[in-house]
Amino acid sequence: MKPAPFQYHAPETVADAVGLLAEHGDGAKPLAGGQSLVPMLAMRLTRFDHIVDLNRVSEMFGVTADNGGVRIGAMTRQAAVEHDGTIAERVPLLHLATPHIGHFQIRNRGTIGGSVAHADPASEYPAVMLALDGTAEIASTSGTREVPASEYFESTFMTALAPDELLVGLRFAAWEQPAGFAFDEIARRSGDFALAGAAVGIGIDEAGRIDRAAVGMLGVGPTPLRAASVEAALMGLAAADAGADAAEIGRLAADDMDPIGDIHASEEYRRRAGSTLVGRVLGDALAQLTTEASDG
Amino acid sequence: MADAIPVSVTVNNRTRRGLVEPRLTLADFLREQALCTGVHLACEHGVCGSCTVLMDGEAVRSCLLFAVQADGSRITTVEGLAPDEQTLHPVQEAFRDCHGLQCGFCTPGFIISVAAFLEANPNPTDDEIRHGIAGNLCRCTGYQGIVAATRQAAAALREEQP
Ligand SMILES: Cc1cc2nc3c(=O)[nH]c(=O)nc-3n(C[C@H](O)[C@H](O)[C@H](O)COP(=O)(O)OP(=O)(O)OC[C@H]3O[C@@H](n4cnc5c(N)ncnc54)[C@H](O)[C@@H]3O)c2cc1C
Repeated sequence: MKPAPFQYHAPETVADAVGLLAEHGDGAKPLAGGQSLVPMLAMRLTRFDHIVDLNRVSEMFGVTADNGGVRIGAMTRQAAVEHDGTIAERVPLLHLATPHIGHFQIRNRGTIGGSVAHADPASEYPAVMLALDGTAEIASTSGTREVPASEYFESTFMTALAPDELLVGLRFAAWEQPAGFAFDEIARRSGDFALAGAAVGIGIDEAGRIDRAAVGMLGVGPTPLRAASVEAALMGLAAADAGADAAEIGRLAADDMDPIGDIHASEEYRRRAGSTLVGRVLGDALAQLTTEASDG
Repeated sequence: MADAIPVSVTVNNRTRRGLVEPRLTLADFLREQALCTGVHLACEHGVCGSCTVLMDGEAVRSCLLFAVQADGSRITTVEGLAPDEQTLHPVQEAFRDCHGLQCGFCTPGFIISVAAFLEANPNPTDDEIRHGIAGNLCRCTGYQGIVAATRQAAAALREEQP
């Protein structure tokens, strides 16, 4: 359980980091929190001649209010995301999803950029990013580009990032309208990767009708997925009516999934449990809207 | 082979200088160069929690960090928790009192995790305790003693700092 030898680089700027990636090509790998990469190196599932440690690149850390939304540096620790007030207020789904990631010791090191770059289909942040139409800011020696979440996740562990590119930040817009958000997942033990999970945001117009529905799913396909059938069924419904039918509407998500069966759960189980979960989380998100309405 | 890199790490309040190969994990550095053999290694890929230490006050897996990354940081292992040789830390005391261990292999990792957990949440519910210790595996106790120890340590620490 010891990684193969490598050359260690600790750049202090994005410019130097992408320079190292360009210079060493496929032989180089960025190291963020190390909570996924180091286990793979230790088990010798992979090896690289050059490790480019991002932990001293200070410009990649931190959360900034951005045009009504937030911009989160890729190296921002999951624990920092969990406790950030601006994120809790403007992107509640990230706040709600974070405690489900591993354990607090993992979140003390693991980064939001590392999760999104690693793109495990059972990970929480990729599903939230997809549900909320987040944007990836990507840098290389040829400049920076922005990729919307809908084009970013390509297949299992595969993203729009090329080997010489660095994910430098993520951007999320805040929702303008009244909205309810909820997140939950099914895992065998606290902290395990989810067998299935759902991230739901529902927005309503002045008449109380649903005008934005975002339903992200994890663990039920080769990438994070949107439950497009559920979203379509919700549009235009009154929030209270949708709440009454949440379980039934959630079941439509079974058609939006592409799960695999493995030692942890069969394909059928993931589909049934996953779509039941979508209904439940949808109910939670809608309940926030209806309680808020009756409170106000 | 990759060149060895000089590092300076403060381990339990003592500065340790060493030459490390980049692939040397912090856990192996602590065990082999700083002689803190209370840092236990079991899974060596981040799952079991036996190697948990405090890095600049935060609980982390020392098997998932390279020693070069800890250059300039402050590490606390189970050896550095108690105030002196004769006194146990309240978390250690509680593990002894409540049968929070049997074989003892996982114990250093649990002690560090629980100390960090109680620092962040001094008055946890039993449910919070169970989530708080979920990142450490014990194959002997069935966890009941560990939950009881965490409860007792929480009360003792609250009394220390009212
Ligand atoms: C016991 C345990 C339980 C866990 N449970 C969960 C869980 O329930 N849910 C979950 O989502 N995760 C879980 N994880 C994984 C954890 O969240 C990782 O932190 C995360 O997947 C990767 O983030 P990292 O910062 O550690 O990245 P690293 O491990 O450092 O890197 C991961 C990959 O992303 C690449 N990368 C990282 N940052 C960048 C960047 N800025 N630009 C380009 N490429 C980059 C690396 O090169 C590498 O290929 C768990 C891990 C452990 C050890």
